[in-house]
Amino acid sequence: MTPPAPASPARRLGRTILGAAAVLLSLVLVSLAVVDASSSASGASARNQLTLIAPAAAGGGWDSAAREAQQTLRTHGVVNNSQVVNVPGAGGTIGLSELSGLEGDSSTMMLMGITMLGAIKINGSGVDLDDVTPIARLTDDYDVLVVPADSPYDSADELVAAWREDPAHFAFGGGSLGSVDQMIISQLASRSEIDPGQVNYIAHSGGGELATALLSGTISASVSGYADFEDQIEAGRLKALAVSAPEPVEAIPYPTLNELGYDVELTNWRGIVAPPGLTADEREELEAIVDEMVRSPEWSDVLARNEWTDTYLSGEDFEENLRAESETVDRIWSELGY
Amino acid sequence: MESLSLLGEGFAGAFSPINLLWVVLGALLGTAVGVLPGLGSAMAVALLLPVTFSLDPTGAFIMFAGVYFGGLFGDSTMAILVNTPGGSTAIATSFEGHRMAQSGRAPQALATSAIGAFIGGLIATTLVVFFAPVLAEVAILFGPAEYFALAIFAFLASASVVSDSVLRGLGSLIIGLILAVVGIDGISGTQRFTSQVPQLFDGISIIVITVGVLALGEVFNVVFKRREAPPTASKAMTGRPFLTRREFREAFPAWLRGAGIGVPFGVIPVGGAEVPTFMAYGTERQLDRRRRQPAFGRGAIRGVAGPEAAGNATAGTAMGALLAMGLPTSATAAIMLAAFQQYGMQPGPLLFERNADLVWVLLASLFIGLVVLLILNLPLAPLWAKLLLIPRRFLYAGITVFCALGVYATSAALSDLLLVLGIGVVGFLMRRFDFPLAPVMIGVILGPLAETSLRNALLSSGGDAGVLVASPITWVLYGLMGAVLLIVAYRRVRSRAARDV
Repeated sequence: MTPPAPASPARRLGRTILGAAAVLLSLVLVSLAVVDASSSASGASARNQLTLIAPAAAGGGWDSAAREAQQTLRTHGVVNNSQVVNVPGAGGTIGLSELSGLEGDSSTMMLMGITMLGAIKINGSGVDLDDVTPIARLTDDYDVLVVPADSPYDSADELVAAWREDPAHFAFGGGSLGSVDQMIISQLASRSEIDPGQVNYIAHSGGGELATALLSGTISASVSGYADFEDQIEAGRLKALAVSAPEPVEAIPYPTLNELGYDVELTNWRGIVAPPGLTADEREELEAIVDEMVRSPEWSDVLARNEWTDTYLSGEDFEENLRAESETVDRIWSELGY
Repeated sequence: MESLSLLGEGFAGAFSPINLLWVVLGALLGTAVGVLPGLGSAMAVALLLPVTFSLDPTGAFIMFAGVYFGGLFGDSTMAILVNTPGGSTAIATSFEGHRMAQSGRAPQALATSAIGAFIGGLIATTLVVFFAPVLAEVAILFGPAEYFALAIFAFLASASVVSDSVLRGLGSLIIGLILAVVGIDGISGTQRFTSQVPQLFDGISIIVITVGVLALGEVFNVVFKRREAPPTASKAMTGRPFLTRREFREAFPAWLRGAGIGVPFGVIPVGGAEVPTFMAYGTERQLDRRRRQPAFGRGAIRGVAGPEAAGNATAGTAMGALLAMGLPTSATAAIMLAAFQQYGMQPGPLLFERNADLVWVLLASLFIGLVVLLILNLPLAPLWAKLLLIPRRFLYAGITVFCALGVYATSAALSDLLLVLGIGVVGFLMRRFDFPLAPVMIGVILGPLAETSLRNALLSSGGDAGVLVASPITWVLYGLMGAVLLIVAYRRVRSRAARDV
């Protein structure tokens, strides 16, 4: 390379001005950041300014739960001001590790759910839910077992019998790797004396894609959220054989896998957790905020609109529940070799 | 026709002053996010979601309709003017569009792209109005084996952009494939090229790659030119700002061909609207070579018209697939799906019965949005072209800021900013050493599609490779491919023989 031609005076002046502007701008930004950081450190209370972390990108399940919660907290006047921050990535474990680093921050909470438990196990992430403070379980979504309307299987038993004959050639579809769909299918396999490692699971990225795959015959059966299949079932294009729920669900008129003798009751639940290192008072305050939100009429509307089932559990109950769920999820993924 | 009267009711519902205001607002916003590199209509809809809580559903959907098409109208603007595509659907447009701008025909290129986007959107939306249920049936015909055949077909169809130097083209393609496989494999859970960094587990977003390779790479390239070139358009912009009759005649068939290629792709989830834009570009380039005066490489108007029409036609039928199947075939459609659900509508076979009023208003507002966007964008074309009069150092500094802003706004992750810088350097080096950039994007877009569909096809058949050629659709696709290859080989041999004599 030859040395550059000497810059013209006008160009040099332009450079100087640009350089000065850049320095000035960064000074302003840095000072603003310092002011911002100091104000947030000096004890903004949760009632005043609450941050909700959605550990997923905009548009997904955790994101919509966070935004519905934000909306409810605001309209019901539980907190003055709340904001949603998206920290997407790695099945929510990036959000989790960020939250675990906010030790003692009593004005931040994060949405999470059963798939995060799976992601922790699959990704081998160093952080798990012992590193944060459980606050409450909020909602459940129920998965259904469906087949195309022209499928030869009219009951879960018939399907399982055929599945057991040749598990490797029985294509089962569900959500992405690590989803609750995959956990349910895997648990159903082990309850039916099928080696979960043999299951031919094909991951899909959404309910619409799953319905298409069922109708095109790519997969023989699927387990996924009821809301995604409801219309296709009603239109007579898909058949629902069972629902995965601990108790029969009124809105979903199919037998539970439990009733059919398979002892599978995993559901797609969502909950809310807070950073570690909170005092008992701070933790109680956050639980009270969530409690007020869940009991508001606005939240009932949210549940109805999204077809979420209320499975509110708080404090000790949730902590215990979380421990049990973690064990179940860990066992499922261990069986699958993760 | 029943559809027509229902659509008429839809128009009646959409034509109120306040709704027209929403659609104009949405169109402006969509165009704006489309123009800025890295920002796309998917993000605009996501950010609007909480805002529209306070609107009635009709108003909200009308605004979304404006944003939805607006992003596609806007993203080609920067691609044409400064070779920094605002989104991945504008990559194919940038090849010939930027050359047109360099030869002083920026306003014509912008007008071609705006009209192309309009025509593509119009044809596709009309098809959706009359054939939405049929579109749903088409989607069912496609399984992973068909997707795989389609991906291979698209590889071949867009291979013409690789062929200047085969070795460099393949090198670029491999860079694209490497970038595409980073992350946790969605089938086995294996980590690939992640170095245990959690920020890489979900892979590198296509926005980061597009902005890095195409936009930032171009910025670095301009910065490292030893002398500052005069503003691109300082030569007088030749011709009238709008298309001459001759240009219009030249572009018209390309618009139609582009729309024809784009329409079927909206229904099937094969990596969004990028694939048809590349295929339309490849088709136009092949057709061009047979003309007496090939124009490709020097700013061919058809090279802009085809891909633009294809991109918007895909977006149009993608809306049909979303409504009739609940099948989100693009990122924007996926977020629109969330919006529908927030208003208590479940896209699917029963939507047209249950929420008929809303659906027809939405379809009507898609038409209104297209017309508004055309009216907005045609007069804007010469204005946008004036951007090129800005001295380069200011223009490209601005682009850099917006690249960073766009990438950060999409993911809110600092790691993505570092990635985009690194990929930008790669893009710069590729430009310096004359590596073509298009194959990188083709690898990024088609690579994962080909991989996942091949593996899913084999999984669903239990490992029997016969599934790949088991359906009539795959026969047709592979047959077409074979025929094209034979014709090309035959011509090569003959031209060689002719030279030897």
